Amino acid sequence: MQPDDKSIKWVREPQLGIAGRMYLTPLFDGLATTAKHFFSTVKGDGFTRQFPEERPEFGNPLIYRGVHRLNKDDEGRVKCVACFLCATACPAHCIDIVGTEAPWKDREKYPQSFVIDELRCIFCGMCEEACPVDAIELTSLFDLTGASREEMIFDKEKLLSVYDMTVEAEPMKSKSMAEAAGQPAGKGH
Amino acid sequence: MATITVDGKEIEIGDNERLNVIQAADRAGVSIPFYCWHPGLSVVASCRMCLVETGTKNKETGEISMVPKLVPACQTPAKDGTVVVTNSPKVKANQNFVQEGILLDHPVDCPICDQAGECWLQDYYFEFGHQERRADIHPFTSKRRELGPHVSLFADRCVMCSRCVRFTREVSGEGELMVIDRGSHAEIDVFPGFPIDNKMSGNVNDICPVGALCSTDFLYEQRVWFLEAQNSVCTKCSTGCATQMHVNQNQLYRIQPRFNPNANDWWMCDAGRYENQFVTAPERLDGVVIRRNNAWEPLDWPHAIREVYNHVADVALNHGGSHLAVVLSPFLSCEEAYLLASYAVSILSDVTLVVGKIPVVGHDEKFKSGFTIRAEKCPNRRGVEEIVKHFGKQPLDWDGMLAKIATGEIKGAYVTGGYGDPWIDDAEAAKFEHLESLVVQDILPSPLARRAKLVLPGVTAFEKDGSYVNHAGLIQSASWGLRPHGGAHVDGQTFSDLLGRRGIYNAADVLKELAAKVPFFARCTDGVPPAGLNLVTGQEKHPLTTELGTVTHPTPTFRSEGSRMLEVETPTR
Repeated sequence: MQPDDKSIKWVREPQLGIAGRMYLTPLFDGLATTAKHFFSTVKGDGFTRQFPEERPEFGNPLIYRGVHRLNKDDEGRVKCVACFLCATACPAHCIDIVGTEAPWKDREKYPQSFVIDELRCIFCGMCEEACPVDAIELTSLFDLTGASREEMIFDKEKLLSVYDMTVEAEPMKSKSMAEAAGQPAGKGH
Repeated sequence: MATITVDGKEIEIGDNERLNVIQAADRAGVSIPFYCWHPGLSVVASCRMCLVETGTKNKETGEISMVPKLVPACQTPAKDGTVVVTNSPKVKANQNFVQEGILLDHPVDCPICDQAGECWLQDYYFEFGHQERRADIHPFTSKRRELGPHVSLFADRCVMCSRCVRFTREVSGEGELMVIDRGSHAEIDVFPGFPIDNKMSGNVNDICPVGALCSTDFLYEQRVWFLEAQNSVCTKCSTGCATQMHVNQNQLYRIQPRFNPNANDWWMCDAGRYENQFVTAPERLDGVVIRRNNAWEPLDWPHAIREVYNHVADVALNHGGSHLAVVLSPFLSCEEAYLLASYAVSILSDVTLVVGKIPVVGHDEKFKSGFTIRAEKCPNRRGVEEIVKHFGKQPLDWDGMLAKIATGEIKGAYVTGGYGDPWIDDAEAAKFEHLESLVVQDILPSPLARRAKLVLPGVTAFEKDGSYVNHAGLIQSASWGLRPHGGAHVDGQTFSDLLGRRGIYNAADVLKELAAKVPFFARCTDGVPPAGLNLVTGQEKHPLTTELGTVTHPTPTFRSEGSRMLEVETPTR
């Protein structure tokens, strides 16, 4: 195509006025935004939080995807049956399970070891979706820190301790969600 | 030729094929579901899953007369003029009800069931099942019960197909298993004090279509969908069962038989299946060591190759080729034996080639179905013998070599091993003590390796590609599934390096070369098919791909392919 082709329509940028050429309008526009936020924060209804003294609130902690926990059953045993479905569903391959025969009469299989590499985890919640016995859940703990990589590899004991830590504030999701949906617990499927 | 019509599609089968309707339909690409039928066992027609509509077509008039009732496809022979309908509403409804009936008292504990992922109930549920459970019965649950050293029973998962019972009666012939009680109380069991401990007991775990019988050794070890299958050949005896090794992350989890009508049919013995601890034995040789000043020193591979030449060639060149013995172990594959023999005769053409020690334990054990566990506990005696015969001026056997060592005629030796079990005792190894040089290539430490000047680590059959010739002259190819242990090299690579060849050892190329050089192997020019090639008789059965893979499980792709009996293809790496 040649530059003098008739199908080409040539356009010109609009000419800036004198204010535009001095960049005055955008400058004042920006200053106005800054001032708006400044005054709204001073007034106290703004977005800035004094973290960690002030904790953020979640709309619905049931659907928040934070640190994992391993739930316990009524007798305080780990609920997990070592079916590997979470490890299968995990797109980051951060779950490592060793299954073995359960020492209890009413259970067949349980995890001898259950390790989640929280550093590899992308907190997508697929493990929670896949779990057939609601054993693995994501809590609303979001500020997970550690001093070393090893510290961030959570074993079974640590995951169970997360349950003990959070169970008061966040009861097991399957029950809570069923109640929220107006159904008796345990009839989800 | 007999003409069968399956769902309106006409296929022709051979006159003497004696197929049932399931097999005939499978040839037509139509899969009929079944639980209790197994091509290697008698027909009981008890599961009722394979019921189809059949009829006969009059050849002259073309008129079709159908049988009013549904008949079991497994029990109906496919004759000339047989008409089969597998997709009518009547057939579909039956499949649906049978599936529902079986699932009524099934615990559906798939998450903790080892069979999940290769369970016929699961697969059929998606094809033929109801979408929901209509009856609210809570099935009884029972704990795992051990029926024998390798067999675990979960009675509540059983669908009463009685395959396992028929196996112990018809194939292994011991008949330990039976059905006790009747109707809904029926259960598989053994007599108290008579566990299922025959030498083929592991097969009942394979043929169980559901999770009722599980292998105790594999129990809860790994979920099956993580496993990658590689075709292999069992090296435990000279029957050479076609097998599949199931591997995940360089760990061998289980071994299962692969259908091969020329060697093992659908079965394999427990020794081949379970006694593979030597592969991961902590004492495995994992690096080259050389004896210097009465101490072992580690050596890297390039130097090791040079040292082998120094040790071996010195003897041959100083004393003459016949004073050097190169021992070809019956655990070497044909390709490796060929490379080693070529190397030996490349030093001097009259180097003494020796067939390694043939381990013989007890007598051949023949089972009721004809399956035999051979006394000769090595995979490749025939292949190695043929190669030694072709290349060696004076081929020797192990005892012949020992005699010549005693008389001082042999002054140096290069011995290859690869035996999974202890194979040489101290007294025998002591005979090698006064040799000028002794190079040992083995997988495990042995009295002989302790006396060697140079020890090279080799690998097991699980870690290398190669072909093996069984007792009947059937050559079968195996592929590697595990990486070589520690710093070991694949034996073929070592021999290839010794020959001064560049690059990576490729068994398929070497086999072609072998086929061109040694007339016995001439038939392998185009590689070896999954069912092997008989190099002695020149005749073997080549099962259709649809007949393979029926023993354990249909492939995961069977649903898309429209046939449940398709060959289990080896996944590409």
